[in-house]
Amino acid sequence: MEYFLKLLLSGTTKGSIYALIALGYTMVYGVIQLINFAHGEIYMIGGFTALIFGGFLYSMGLPAPVVLLISVILAIVYAASFGFTIERIAYRPLRNKPRLSALISAIGISIVLQNFVLLAQTEKYLAYPSYLPDLPFLQPVKQYINATQFIILIVTALIMVFLTMLIKYTRIGKAMRATAQDKDMAQLVGVNINQVISITFIIGSSLAAIGGVLICSYMGQINYYIGFIAGIKAFVAAVLGGIGSIPGAVLGSFVLGWTESFGTGYLSSDYEDAFALLILVLILTVKPEGLLGKNQKQKV
Amino acid sequence: MKKRVLVLSGVLLALSLVLVGCQGGGGGSIKIGVAGAHSGDLASYGLPSVNAAKLVVKEINEKGGINGRKVELVVEDDQCKPELATTAASKLVSNKVVAVIGHICSGATKSALGIYKDSKVITISPSATNPPLTQSGEYPNFFRTIAPDDAQARLAVTFIAEKLGLKKLAVLHDKGDYGKGFAELVKQFAEERGIEVALFEGVNPGAPDYSAVVNKIGNAKVDGVVWGGYHPEASKLVQQMREKGINVPFISDDGVKDNTFIEVAGKYAEGVYATGPTDTTQNPLAIKAIEDHKKEFGSEPGAFFLNAYAATQALLNAIAKAGTTDYDKVVAALRSEYVETPLGNISFDEKGDVIGYGFSVFQVQNGKYVELK
Repeated sequence: MEYFLKLLLSGTTKGSIYALIALGYTMVYGVIQLINFAHGEIYMIGGFTALIFGGFLYSMGLPAPVVLLISVILAIVYAASFGFTIERIAYRPLRNKPRLSALISAIGISIVLQNFVLLAQTEKYLAYPSYLPDLPFLQPVKQYINATQFIILIVTALIMVFLTMLIKYTRIGKAMRATAQDKDMAQLVGVNINQVISITFIIGSSLAAIGGVLICSYMGQINYYIGFIAGIKAFVAAVLGGIGSIPGAVLGSFVLGWTESFGTGYLSSDYEDAFALLILVLILTVKPEGLLGKNQKQKV
Repeated sequence: MKKRVLVLSGVLLALSLVLVGCQGGGGGSIKIGVAGAHSGDLASYGLPSVNAAKLVVKEINEKGGINGRKVELVVEDDQCKPELATTAASKLVSNKVVAVIGHICSGATKSALGIYKDSKVITISPSATNPPLTQSGEYPNFFRTIAPDDAQARLAVTFIAEKLGLKKLAVLHDKGDYGKGFAELVKQFAEERGIEVALFEGVNPGAPDYSAVVNKIGNAKVDGVVWGGYHPEASKLVQQMREKGINVPFISDDGVKDNTFIEVAGKYAEGVYATGPTDTTQNPLAIKAIEDHKKEFGSEPGAFFLNAYAATQALLNAIAKAGTTDYDKVVAALRSEYVETPLGNISFDEKGDVIGYGFSVFQVQNGKYVELK
């Protein structure tokens, strides 16, 4: 029973890691139906930015929580400007072209960004300091869950709530939903869809940056390639939960995390990816739109 | 027109006779082949061996050569490609070399070895680590100045059994050729010694989280964890193990014996064991060889330089001791004579593996890898 509980918790941790990245994926997809393969790289760049500024600020003698706060904000600014720029130069010119063109463009951007970091920074693995505070009340249960895991869980929940509220109750949220439903119609009623899409990318990239800082703090290391591996898993999670749906991305991530964790725990870690993809195939055969995906009506 | 062709072919024929004559009549010098990757993407593995052989040969020739005969090098490139290695081998054999220093990559070495064996040419590789090259017993003409891949696993298991006295292990790997190969050999040798391998699993390299498999290690109640693979995963595993209060010894391979591991894993690296090639760079002969290289070529030597230096020394020493270039006598001398080299005082066993140089166990102590004697 104790073993089961431990596996459940590690599955939850894994799930919330995937969810942090999957949320940005699903949001961009929800609005413009584009699988933004460069999302994983934005996450990696967010992590790197916080590492660089964090190291600089820490050497100036600032206390850890202040360093964390400033470097997260800088990471968000940096990642968001990357997201904004990518959309402008790589996706917007292709918006009215066949969908495949934008997809290939996204893969291209992903490779460009990886190599940019490889050349501009390093190909080596770097140690990632944990600026996150040690939570004393978690001491008694630390072999089940540590402070970083706990913070990742809380942040994932907060982001999910924030995004849901944003999309449901705000003006920009309404504009996003309108753009998602029908770009031309939205434009006709006065929605500036270019602005809406830019904002979507800025929000998605900011979330990726937060994820980058938290997950790298948890792993204790960073390298130019981490975004690719995490991005693929997050993409699977988003599809599993129903791509385009915010709660779906979180649910899909947890289902994926639990599957991998229990598969590893009770069977073998050799087939971790096989379990993950098997569950994806199973769910998609029963429910092709994903767990919480909307059954989109074909446009005539 | 016809006349011209006739004259031309006549001239060519005469020329080729002269050339053949030259080759056949060069009995004065002892010819040694040097083969390996000297161009292409693996050239950095092969070129240092050429420099090493040149340095050793230069020194010998300045002292008057071996038994009054000068030593001459014949260099052939195989780019580490098996198909080019056979061509290089044929060229060296037709050039009547006594022995070859090379080849560099295991695959290329294997494809060339048959040709050398048929022509009775001794082959000493500074870098081919594939175990069957010596252990199959197929190539009595083959020697190497590097320990085979399985020596590392054997050393790790001996250390686990005799020094640490562990009884129950978890063996994990990264599913790659190198890591999985090491892990499988550790499992095999451990079981031969009666050590239980309670857990044998591959994990996904690069994954953000290993807590599930770490929980599994905790649940298996093992008293040691062996990791076959590289340092990025090792540091995540050690960190997550220690955080969950699993404080059993962590033993790994050359892929972890890298200072980046200590930088990344930080305080969690403390106490970790890793096997790696014995460090001989403080050996006076190694210091001299490296200095000579800097003087002669103006740069730091590259990969397998000291191994190739030792291989050339061992070969020339055996020829000197045998007093002849006769295949059987030189082979016997290689197996019986010890020679002082930058790798230490070395000889070869009956299979052709080096004696006196190999892997050592290192432990992270106060943020540094320290060799355990």
